[in-house]
Amino acid sequence: MTRSASSAPAGGVPVLMKGNEALGEAAIRAGCRAFFGYPITPQSELPAYMARRMPEEDGVFLQAESELAAINMVYGAAGAGVRVMTSSSSPGISLKQEGISYIAGAELPAVIVNIMRGGPGLGSIMPGQSDYFQATKGGGHGDYRLVVYGPATVQELVDLTIRAFNVADRYRSPVMILGDGILGQMMEPVVFPTEKPAEVAKPWATTGRQGTRGRNVVNSLYLAAEELEAHNLRLQAKFAEMHSNEVIYESIIPDGAEVVCVAYGTTARVVKSAIAMARQEGIKVGLIRPISLWPFPDEAFVNLPDTVRSVLTVEMSAGQMVEDVRLALNGRLPVHFYGRMGGMWPIPRDVLAEIKKAAGREAGVAR
Amino acid sequence: MSSIVERIPVYEPPKSLSDVSSHYCPGCTHGATHRIVAEVMDELGLTDKAVGIASVGCSVLAYNYFECDMQQAAHGRAPAVATGVKRVRPELVVWTYQGDGDLASIGTNEVIHAALRGEKITVIFINNAIYGMTGGQAAPTTLIGQKTATTPFGRDKSWSGSPIHLSEMLALQEGAAFIARTSTHNPAHLGRTRAAIKRAFQTQLEGKGFSLVEILSTCPTNWGMTPVEALKWVEEQMVPVYPLGIFKDWQADGARSPAAAGAAAKSAKPAEGGK
Repeated sequence: MTRSASSAPAGGVPVLMKGNEALGEAAIRAGCRAFFGYPITPQSELPAYMARRMPEEDGVFLQAESELAAINMVYGAAGAGVRVMTSSSSPGISLKQEGISYIAGAELPAVIVNIMRGGPGLGSIMPGQSDYFQATKGGGHGDYRLVVYGPATVQELVDLTIRAFNVADRYRSPVMILGDGILGQMMEPVVFPTEKPAEVAKPWATTGRQGTRGRNVVNSLYLAAEELEAHNLRLQAKFAEMHSNEVIYESIIPDGAEVVCVAYGTTARVVKSAIAMARQEGIKVGLIRPISLWPFPDEAFVNLPDTVRSVLTVEMSAGQMVEDVRLALNGRLPVHFYGRMGGMWPIPRDVLAEIKKAAGREAGVAR
Repeated sequence: MSSIVERIPVYEPPKSLSDVSSHYCPGCTHGATHRIVAEVMDELGLTDKAVGIASVGCSVLAYNYFECDMQQAAHGRAPAVATGVKRVRPELVVWTYQGDGDLASIGTNEVIHAALRGEKITVIFINNAIYGMTGGQAAPTTLIGQKTATTPFGRDKSWSGSPIHLSEMLALQEGAAFIARTSTHNPAHLGRTRAAIKRAFQTQLEGKGFSLVEILSTCPTNWGMTPVEALKWVEEQMVPVYPLGIFKDWQADGARSPAAAGAAAKSAKPAEGGK
């Protein structure tokens, strides 16, 4: 393979890039050494970008024969101690779930990207957010958790991808970027950091004994029930630590807010527009935007002002994150939901109408 | 006069084989094949630079039995896992150890594409014509008429097809550099198995491409036979269906064109192993 001059975008200054490609560049800057993927819309620009850029960085890009193979190549490479990533979209992520469970069970760090499209089944190639349950509640078999990030801008896609590699290494655990098709396809100005990624020692990795140590084994099998329970307790302690340390969210609650909206990803941007429209009409509306979808930012729902009458969750799904909102509120406030499905997305005018309903300000409805 | 007695070992456990009891059934040939793999690793000095990939099936615990670094893979995915290791650490010697349920049923896609890519890995493929770990179900390698838990009246060709000839298929792929089928039914054939495994690892060391040794093996437990009867069954029933020989050898073939591979597969000698 001939190595061409680097086509890396400059760091420290804004460049205009498509979400999928910016994500790839962010991974490279985070020290990602290998990418294994399989084509699927609407994430295909990401593997194409990696195919072009990885050789420039002496990294590995390999198009696998299937999503199953891709995620298992990730398992092998992560076990061999390098930073590694794969990406797909909803149906492909379903295929990767077996491997994700194994990666979690074997305690391997890896970054998995899902640029979501509408489902179920083959669904459509248009954007969706209907893989929230799959991403945050398990997806594969067994008791495990992924840290899941829901970026809302291309810049956040970059920042969270870099963070994902660090968090994956810190906990030896897979981390998922849960973007939607709009974000993957959208072009926005983005600034890449200039600092080099931290070197992380991985003395557990299968790098060959090299005459320096005994055998390392990467494994998720514990045939004795006592041993598997002990392994699970160790994993649960780690997930509890992640749950305490890795919460990120944005919260904008104006004084006198009547309604608080909850939304993540691209949907949160639509909701922000609707909130601005509501303000024009004299309705004060807050926003809680979970950035870490797991761990879910329960703390953002504590101590909401007394003026808040209800909460409105907006998603590109039939209502998935809304269950976590209800759990976080634990019955303290009524929770409304507005969702679009099948590749449709909410528009500000329709969200505004839902805000008015939630505020009890529907046309003809007295306060 | 000194009474020092020099002890010259004529036979000792390979250093690459862990000093533990295995879980394999009495009379099963996994033990002999494990020993051979370990001997070859010792001979070629691979223990410190090898990563073995255990699969799912009877050999699922192989990571306990070899002294090199090991990874345990999901069912059928060992060649993909091996690819991940080898691509990011090409200086390592990466090998998989897979049974016929793992490799020839659920994992056909992974092994074929690893061969297509000319992945520089070595696959040890145990063909014992049955699923052992799960209790003796039919495998794609099960012989016509063979009774198993899921073919209680014998494998019926019109219902579940014919035994899969994986080595012959793989030898047709340009990326396959060394493909051989050997047997374990007597010491002479164990010797040939050893030679083939050594050649397969050398193929990887030389960077020539994908290498695989298919090894006809016994499963006395699930075949319902004594170990001796099982060895005889391999010789008399399996070898005629699965001809022994080298189907692809980069050293012999020279050019690795598909046509050359096809010719090599055709001319592969069917079994010096029979009677």
